[in-house]
Order: sequence, then C-alpha cells, then structure tokens
Amino acid sequence: MKWLQGLLGGLFLAGVSAALALTPDQALRIAQGESDARIAALNEVVVAADPALAAYVQALLADEVKVAGGKALIVRDGKATDAATGASSPLPDGAEDVVNPNRVRRELESALAALKLFSPNRAERAKAVTELKDQADEGKLVLIEKAEKTETDAEIKAQLALLKAAVLISSADRTKRLAAAQLLADSDQPATKSLLIERVAAETDSEVKAALSKTLSTVAGRLAWGERFGVLFTGISLGSILLLAALGLAITYGLMGVINMAHGELIMIGAYATYLVQNLFKQWTPGAFDWYIVAAIPFSFVASALVGALMERTVIRWLYGRPLETLLATWGISLILMQSVRTLFGAQNVGVENPSWLSGGVQVLPNLVLPYNRLAILAFAALVLLGMALLIGKTRLGLFVRGVTQNRRMAACVGVNTARVDTYAFALGAGIAGLAGCALSQVGNVGPDLGQGYIVDSFMVVVLGGVGQIAGTVYAGLGLGVLNKLLEGWQGAVLAKIMVLAFIVIFIQKRPQGLFALKGRSAE
Amino acid sequence: MTTTRRVFGKSIGKTFTAVALAAASFGVTSAFAQETIKVGVLHSLSGTMAISETVLKDTILMEIEAINAKGGLLGKKLEPVVVDPASNWPLFAEKTRQLISKDKVAVIFGCWTSVSRKSVLPVVEELNGLLFYPVQYEGEELSKNVFYTGAAPNQQAIPAVEYLMSKDGGSAKRWVLLGTDYVYPRTTNKILRAFLKSKGVAEADIMEEYTPFGHSDYQSIIAKIKKFSAEGKKTAVVSTINGDSNVPFYKELGNQGLKATDVPVVAFSVGEEELRGVDTKPLVGHLAAWNYFQSLKNPTNDEFIKQWSAYAKAKGIAGHKDKALTNDPMEASVIGFQMWAQAVTKAKSTDTDKVIAAMAGQTYKAPSGIMSMMDAKNHHLHKSVFIGEIKADGQFNVVWKTPGPVKAQPWSPFIPENKGKPDEPVVAKK
Repeated sequence: MKWLQGLLGGLFLAGVSAALALTPDQALRIAQGESDARIAALNEVVVAADPALAAYVQALLADEVKVAGGKALIVRDGKATDAATGASSPLPDGAEDVVNPNRVRRELESALAALKLFSPNRAERAKAVTELKDQADEGKLVLIEKAEKTETDAEIKAQLALLKAAVLISSADRTKRLAAAQLLADSDQPATKSLLIERVAAETDSEVKAALSKTLSTVAGRLAWGERFGVLFTGISLGSILLLAALGLAITYGLMGVINMAHGELIMIGAYATYLVQNLFKQWTPGAFDWYIVAAIPFSFVASALVGALMERTVIRWLYGRPLETLLATWGISLILMQSVRTLFGAQNVGVENPSWLSGGVQVLPNLVLPYNRLAILAFAALVLLGMALLIGKTRLGLFVRGVTQNRRMAACVGVNTARVDTYAFALGAGIAGLAGCALSQVGNVGPDLGQGYIVDSFMVVVLGGVGQIAGTVYAGLGLGVLNKLLEGWQGAVLAKIMVLAFIVIFIQKRPQGLFALKGRSAE
Repeated sequence: MTTTRRVFGKSIGKTFTAVALAAASFGVTSAFAQETIKVGVLHSLSGTMAISETVLKDTILMEIEAINAKGGLLGKKLEPVVVDPASNWPLFAEKTRQLISKDKVAVIFGCWTSVSRKSVLPVVEELNGLLFYPVQYEGEELSKNVFYTGAAPNQQAIPAVEYLMSKDGGSAKRWVLLGTDYVYPRTTNKILRAFLKSKGVAEADIMEEYTPFGHSDYQSIIAKIKKFSAEGKKTAVVSTINGDSNVPFYKELGNQGLKATDVPVVAFSVGEEELRGVDTKPLVGHLAAWNYFQSLKNPTNDEFIKQWSAYAKAKGIAGHKDKALTNDPMEASVIGFQMWAQAVTKAKSTDTDKVIAAMAGQTYKAPSGIMSMMDAKNHHLHKSVFIGEIKADGQFNVVWKTPGPVKAQPWSPFIPENKGKPDEPVVAKK
C-alpha cells in the first residue's frame, strides 16, 4: 500500500484534484456487463486519475472483486469492503466472481500502469512506462501528455515521448504523424515494429510513408540483433545440455572404451534422485524448498555413481575388450533399470518443480529474455566440466585413470590397482551422468524413458568430438547445439533433427576419428 | 537415507499388493467367465501419452465399479480388461486384436492420439468390434464400429479460432499453428488454414510449426513466435501439442514472459490434468477450448467431481488422491460409457450390431450441464463448446460458450474433397 500513498502525493503534486472520486455506479460498470461497456467505463474513470481507482483495479486484477446486490465488493480474507466507498459490508451469499477475460485484463493493466505514471518514485514510473510500451492508445493520451509535462527525469521523459508518438502515429493530422514517425526511430521495442508495419500499409501520404519505412528499417535493424543473440543463446543452451549429457559418456566410452548403452538410464537415475530429494524437502522442510536443488546435486551424483560402480563390479569388468558383449550387456542393464524405475515410481512422468529462483528470466534486450533455468544449466555445465578437467588432469586418481587407459599393463606393472581404478573411473562417469539428470529435471520431463531421448545424442557428441577427447566433446556438444538451433529456425524442429543426423553420418564417413583425433603413440 | 529407503519399500509393497490384487481378481473372475461382460480398456499407461491417458483408464474403472455396485448389466457383472499399449502406435493394433479375439471383450474404451485410433481402426472393422473414442480429434473419419464422444473440429477448433478473431478474444489477425507432428495436428491445421483463408487471412499471416512427439526444447519455437508477432498485427497461437511436451512448452512460455495479453495461446489438448505440476501464474489468460471444464457450476458436475475424488481417494490414485482433477476427455469417457450401458440395456444384448443400432439417439445428462445426445446417424455427440482462460490455480474461467449443443461435422466443409460425403458411416457391401 505504500506506493498508493505515494501515488496520492504524486497526484497532488501534479495538481490533479482527487475530487472526482470513483462512484459506486462506476465501480459496478467496470466490474460487470459486456467487455465493451466495461472498458468504456474504465477509460472514463481513468482520465480523472483517481487514486481509489488504482486500488480497485489492482483488486480486479487479483480476482478479489465480487458483485452482489448491485454493488462491487473487494473481498480479502473473507472480509468484504465496498469498492467505491471503502466501507466494510457483509458478504452476501449470492456474490458472483468477476471474470476478467484477456481483453479486459489488458485494459486494466494498462490503466494501472497509466496511473502509476504519476508516482513520485522514479523506478515505479520507469516500470510503468515499460508496461505501457505496447498498450498506449488514445484513451491514455491525456494521461501520457500530462505525465510528460510534469516528468523531470530526462530518460523517462524520452520514453513518454515515444509512447505519445506511438499513439499520434495514427493521428488524423499529417504533421503529427510525420513527427511521430521520425521520433519513433529511437524505439527499440518489438511492439513498435508491428505498429510501424501496420502503419506503413495503411498510410496514404507519400512523405509520411517514406518516413515510416525509414523508421521501420532502423527499428527492425536494432531488433535483429536481439534475434541473433537469441538464436545463439538457445544454441549454446541446447549445447550445454548435450554437453552435460555426454560428459559422463566421454569418460566411460571415450576414455575407458565401454560402449555403455545404459548411460541414458544413469542420467534418468540422477533425475529421479532429484525428484526424491524434492519430495523429502517438501515433506520435512517446506520452508527451504527453494534450495532442494542444491542438496539434490550431490545426491544425484552419488546415486548414479553407486549404480555405475555396481554395474562395473558385477558385469562390465568381465567384458573389457569385448565391445559387442558389452553393448548387449549394458543394453540389457538399461532395460532392467528402466523397468525397476517403472515398478518403483510408476510408468507416468513424475513432477519435478522448479525452485522459484529458477523460474522466469532476465530481460537483456527488449526482445530477448534469458530464462534463469537455462542460465543456471549453462553455468552448471561449465562447473562440471571444470571439475572433471581438474579431477582428470590434476589429481592422483586422474593420473591413474589416464595411465590405465593409455597402457593398462604398464600401469599394473608400476603398482596401480587397475581393477579399482576402472571401478572409480566408471563410477565417476556414471556420477556425472547423474548430475546431468539433475540438471535435465529442471527443463524437461522426468519419466522412466527419459534416458532414451539422450543416449543417441550423447553418443553423437562423443563420436563427433573424437573418442577419448574431452575437449572434443565440448566443441561437439556446443557445435551441435548451435547447428541444431540454426536449422530449427530455418526448417522447423522435425527436419532440423533429420538434417543434424544426416550431417553426422556424412561427417563420420569422411572423418571416422571425429573432430579431434588422438595423435602419437596412444592412438591405436 | 532411511527415509528414502522407507519410501522405496512402501512403494514396492504397494506395487506388489496391486499386482497381487490384480492377479487375484483376474484369477477369480476368469473362473466365472460365463457370468461377466468383458470391457476392454486401451489407454497408454506409459510413454509420452501416459500424462493424459492414465486418468481415462481410471475413469472407466470407476464407472465399471459403479455399475457393478448397482448389479451390473443384463444381470451380469462387468469385468475390465486393462492393457497398456505404451504410447506405441502399432502396439495399439496388436492389443486391440488381443482384446477382441482372445479376451472376447464386448466393447473397447480407448485411444487418445489419432494416430493410435487410425492404427486400431482396421482391426475393429475387420473383427466387427466396438470402440468408444473419448477425445477431440480432426474428423475426416466415420466408422460404423467407432463412437466418437470427443469433439469434431466444428465443436472445438473452429469456435476457438472464431473467438480469438472476435473483439472480445483480442481481434487476432495473424496466426501461429503449432503442433506435434502427426495426423491430428496436421489435419486440424489444414482445416484451420482453409477456414482462416475463407475469413480473408493472407497466406503470409499464417505460420505453421511442428515438433516431434516428446519434444522438450521449446526455446527456438517461442523465439520464433515472438519474432512473428512483432512483424504485424495482433498474433494468436493455436496449439495442438500433445502429451508431455506441453509441460516444457508452458514452462518455457512462462519463463520467456510471453503474456496472454500480448500473444494468447489457445490449446486443444491441454486441460486441468496436463497443467498439473506447471506453475500457472505466468500463464494466466492463455486459453483452452473444450466441451467441459472442471470449473463449470451445475449439480451434475458437482456430483461427478465428488464421485471422482471419492474414488481417487479410495484407490490412492497418484496425484488425484490429494488434488482430484477432472477434464473433458474424462467427461467424454463417462458419457460414452453410460450411453453404451444404456444401449446394451435397450438392445438386451452386447452384440456389436444390436448395440450400434441402439446407440442412435441415446441421451445422458452430462457433467457439462447439457443433456448430451448421440446423433441418430453420424456416431458423434451433440456438444456445447466452452472457451476457458487459465487461472492462477490451474483451473479455467469460462469466458465464452455456445448458446446450445452443436451437431458434429466429422467431414469438415473446409476441405473441398469432403463435398457430398454422407453424414453417416458407409458400410462396404460384401
């Protein structure tokens, strides 16, 4: 309510008298009847810039208004107050909810924003201007002009001038249209672009039409950058997902040479582990629910790593050097894992909710929003990659893994317990797959066949990057992501998928060793 | 760790009891196979369509239980035969053959996607079976052996687009037709394209996009919609996305901040159930067109919701036992089932041809608040059309409805080849 008091003050500053209070009749007409009549009633009151209206409009938007006995009532916590007078009143039984369809809600939102143009708080005014960017119409022109006169901040004033131009561009006066067309060249809003396209088509005066076309190409050029960055970002985001999914496989298949068909299921186990942690948080610490994902990260790693270690100890270690048997055995394991999950959790998808800080996105450009969950996954992929690179490159375990994979017998001769190193390495690869599952649960569906969707992609990335090359995996993952998104923008999702597969088939034909081949003695 | 294990243990226990119970009930009933009427239930309980179809299986089981509690049909108890075609279209045909030839079911309630129905169709026609199909679809089909209790395009898609074109719907001028890549969205969009053209919408103002089943990355699609909407007048999106892809689609829509007041999205396969688990606050105002919403207020619907929540609680149906949701295909399943039961009683037989004859003109008081009627000839229901806007709690506000029930047009007049096709199933003479 603080802003409301501020708003009151602002109105007095602006020299607007608040004598024209919202009458009960007006309140009722805004709340019920045909949309046309409701909007007309709203616009009638908005021009008077009555502060009581702002509170009422907010209540309408929050679905807190009911109509009973020819009166509009604001109902909060079971208590009703009269919308116009503010007097508390009993809530009659037959009170009907006010339903606001999109059209009315749009008008309500812009009315509220228009009222906020007079707020003494600069940030609030700036926000109101942005909210109005594609909703300025003639009904608001009076308010916008009034606000422009009293506005002291240069930046907001310029924005208000743009808003005014967006209205005046359809004015009957030729000079006004021309001025507006020239002014709008400063705009960077997508709404301006569609407005200009509309006006260019409708304009009859050749001079104004030329000005409009010029402005349009300026605005479109500015917006094109947002679109390009958008494609790049979605590509990198998909690439980071592919990379996460493939990193574990880069160890188990790339370094160890195990054709692990159960890799997808290890990802799936990580996702289900996240689901379990989420449920535990929901049940025991609902207050800290937003942070369940932090606890889920190590948990999903451990869960998948344990399953991986078990697989290695019981099955895979007997099959080293026999790729065909490994392929069949791990495929069998993948079926077993899927069926066990089906039995334990049911065949349906389970719901993993985004913590609230991963919902929504940050507006970078007027036509480019970067969703938080995608940004988080990008950062997470980078962290996992860094951690893995350090582990393989800098630690004693990493040294052993590299030694064993390069020359098993020599490593054994100098006293490395190769069997144990194999288990650790496989568990590490499986654990990283689990981390991927944890991340994927934030963008996709979690179900028993989640892994099936990623197994082909993972192998594609690893093979394309060059088997045994972690750097290659990174380039291949990000490259495929961007390529896929470029093609998707051009030909649609279905064809893009086919084209990417065809590209990889041709590429592997020409260059079987992948992007980066091992050189020197370690290459076999 | 212990808690986790306990959860594991519990669900294992539950599953085993369920399996044991199922086995027991099959064992017992098959001993008295003569005494029962078998009812086939053919809905995907796993795979991408499980999100939508599982609940339809439970709906039919609930109806069977209710009828059995009243003494069954023709003095016999009903016995459900539940199979899982696992969102795998050829498997639908196999399971149908098994249900009709081996299990000898009198009727099958099943299918959601049109591709599954198309795969089942030759089998029910060959074996003269009976299928009740409870989902809105693209039309262009009329089989003697199928009753379509969902909406035809003129009972859902066309009114929805008309609404968006109207002043109240936002006077949309440009259209994005977005769908999953299979027969229903493709055909619906073909009809819509012809309809839009007849209303004077230019080719350049229509964008068609398809994604594969189970697609989960909607970033570039949303970016495309944003770009398209900035290139001209008011844009609206018509979504025929099916199955679990809807969850990532709506999540991305919310995250990217595409508001309904700017670009409204109307969906034909998204109801209360599909929105479960999606944060609907950023989605307020996006629309769905159906012939039923849970939020409809009438005594029949109150009764239906009460029956369903009691059943869900008693059976411990995941999700519904805590928050019971009903939706349009559930209502269509119930109408189909009740009409079948009435037709069997009227025909005094479960013989396919006799039941088909008795189905014509059946009526049932539907939860949508109308007296639902099976057309005398064309195997489709007369239905009211509602358009709802998503509310913050995942329910729908009805913002528009037809004045009364609308007769289905399975052969859309907007497809030129349909001219002169009879409004009833044509049976090839043998």
